[in-house]
Amino acid sequence: MSERILDVQSLTLKFGGLTALDDVSLHINEGEILGLIGPNGAGKTTCFNAITGVYGPTSGDILFQGKSIVGMKKHQITKQGIARTFQNIRLFPTMTALENVLVGADAQHSTGMLTALFRLPKHRREEKQGHDRAMELLRFMGIHRKADELAANLSYGDQRRLEIARAMATGPKLICLDEPAAGFNPAEKVELMDLIRKVRDQGFTVLLIEHDMRLVMGVTDRIVVLEFGRKIAEGSPSDIRDNPAVIAAYLGVDEEDAS
Amino acid sequence: MKNLGFRDKLTGLPKPVRILLWILLALFAYALPLLELPIISTPGVDFGGVLFTVTIYCLVALGLNIVVGYAGLLDLGYVGFYAIGAYTVGILTSFHANWPLLLAIPVAVVAAMVSGVILGAPTLRVRGDYLAIVTLGFGEIIRLTAVNLEWLGDARGIKNIAKPPNIGDEKSGLFEIPHLLWGNGTVLVDTEHPTKFLVFGYIDQVPYYWMGLTAVIIVLIADILIKSSRVGRAWEATREDEDAAELMGVPTFKFKLLAFSTGAFVGGLAGGLYASRQGFINPLSFLLLYSILFLAAVVVGGQGNRWGVLLGAILVAYLPQRFREFDDFRVLAFGAALVLLATLRPEGLIPPRRTVRAKQLEQELDELEQGTDEGEEAARV
Repeated sequence: MSERILDVQSLTLKFGGLTALDDVSLHINEGEILGLIGPNGAGKTTCFNAITGVYGPTSGDILFQGKSIVGMKKHQITKQGIARTFQNIRLFPTMTALENVLVGADAQHSTGMLTALFRLPKHRREEKQGHDRAMELLRFMGIHRKADELAANLSYGDQRRLEIARAMATGPKLICLDEPAAGFNPAEKVELMDLIRKVRDQGFTVLLIEHDMRLVMGVTDRIVVLEFGRKIAEGSPSDIRDNPAVIAAYLGVDEEDAS
Repeated sequence: MKNLGFRDKLTGLPKPVRILLWILLALFAYALPLLELPIISTPGVDFGGVLFTVTIYCLVALGLNIVVGYAGLLDLGYVGFYAIGAYTVGILTSFHANWPLLLAIPVAVVAAMVSGVILGAPTLRVRGDYLAIVTLGFGEIIRLTAVNLEWLGDARGIKNIAKPPNIGDEKSGLFEIPHLLWGNGTVLVDTEHPTKFLVFGYIDQVPYYWMGLTAVIIVLIADILIKSSRVGRAWEATREDEDAAELMGVPTFKFKLLAFSTGAFVGGLAGGLYASRQGFINPLSFLLLYSILFLAAVVVGGQGNRWGVLLGAILVAYLPQRFREFDDFRVLAFGAALVLLATLRPEGLIPPRRTVRAKQLEQELDELEQGTDEGEEAARV
């Protein structure tokens, strides 16, 4: 069995009286695609936000490559190797596609004011390296022809692709995709499935939040199901499909049937 | 559209030609006060002095543009940094010490920068309107401190601030450069009132202008180099979406602080040069009004575009001097111009190219949606 890259240990997150996440434990093995599913409001995105440092957990721990990342700043966590996309696209609209990806690539760079001002070798090296990597990623996503377009002017699908490229540019080991297929038509969803597999084949580990059951079942190695902030099931796609608790969570049960 | 065409033509030229054009433009800028061109020259006020003021506004606008235009931090107390630069020079060269100006200026810019960090470290955690209020307070605090502190010369101010060092002999300089004299259709060489290279005296203001222009050019080049680097991208990303930038690995707080202190650096430099030319400063030179004028220069020109804010600075500093006879209507004209601008060009006179492109596409899409023939035409272009 491969190594655990991310280990969430009894994570609890409360906003005042509301418990958004209640004692959730999950882990991701290196090189796998883990699906995180659940009905609306189950706490999937909250879980993402806790992992990427947006919210500090009320209790529990999050280990990334064996090291706790609780309390780290968001940009430090990114530097450690966790990148993410957003449920509602959050690109930098006035920057070009290429520049958006460059911002991601800059996460691993350290050029500062003076280095840039005097055009020291480090600036040139990092600039070239970042540029090459950014173009490579844009090509990988199939949007290299639009490198000089403003992010705001890209089509919806391309914006989603650009977000993934930008996240990949930060040099992560784990990529968290927050509903990447939202708003896609079936054909585009199939394309996206291939893309996510290709991302994994490049050596990234993927954590995927998704509503579309077919997409999740088709692409993931393992699935964790959340409902009302609690983990109700975990297992391979086929296990999850037949799990009564999951079916109940998604389809609802009559009151008499509920135990 | 016209604006874009000009830019594309300019960038389409081979590099040596472009460099030559820039050098010619710079030479023309340096020669401007000697040419004494009609219409442009200011009747009744010394043209060199006006041009010096313009360069100071240009410096301030470039500095403020880094804070407001690039990093998106609304700073209403920029005059505070300007005052810190000016007062540091005043104290070090006249009031409490006798330093030469060339030593005092670096200390002044560092002092402004440090004050930028001190102000920014606690306040840059607040965003938007709140930051504007805090900085507004900062500008006033600096001025009121100067009014009330005897150590800073209180309301009487500081006089006898050091001039820049002369190059060559104090009487005649290294050489003399004549001005032009424009008569009725004839151009004469005026050898009676030449500018001495390089004597910083009391009457001839041209050397100060050259000093200011040199500072503007250096800051402009630095601005270009920094903007097209990791630092510039980090600023822009922070401005566009701070949370997303942070999650993409940009240490936003650090970069905001950097923008703040870089802006303060340039503001301090402008203040120091101003104090040296003026020879005398008091708290009245640093009213809140100036913060607003500086910001107006940036906004009028087009925040985020260095050429735009330079144009804005030139207009804000030059027009009131050129049309001095309408002095009584100055504020009225200024207000009317701002209202006109807000309706006709809400992004400023020369908005950043990106904004122009984004707007254009939006418009094309709108036209397409309406399904008019013109719309399809526009989209095809």
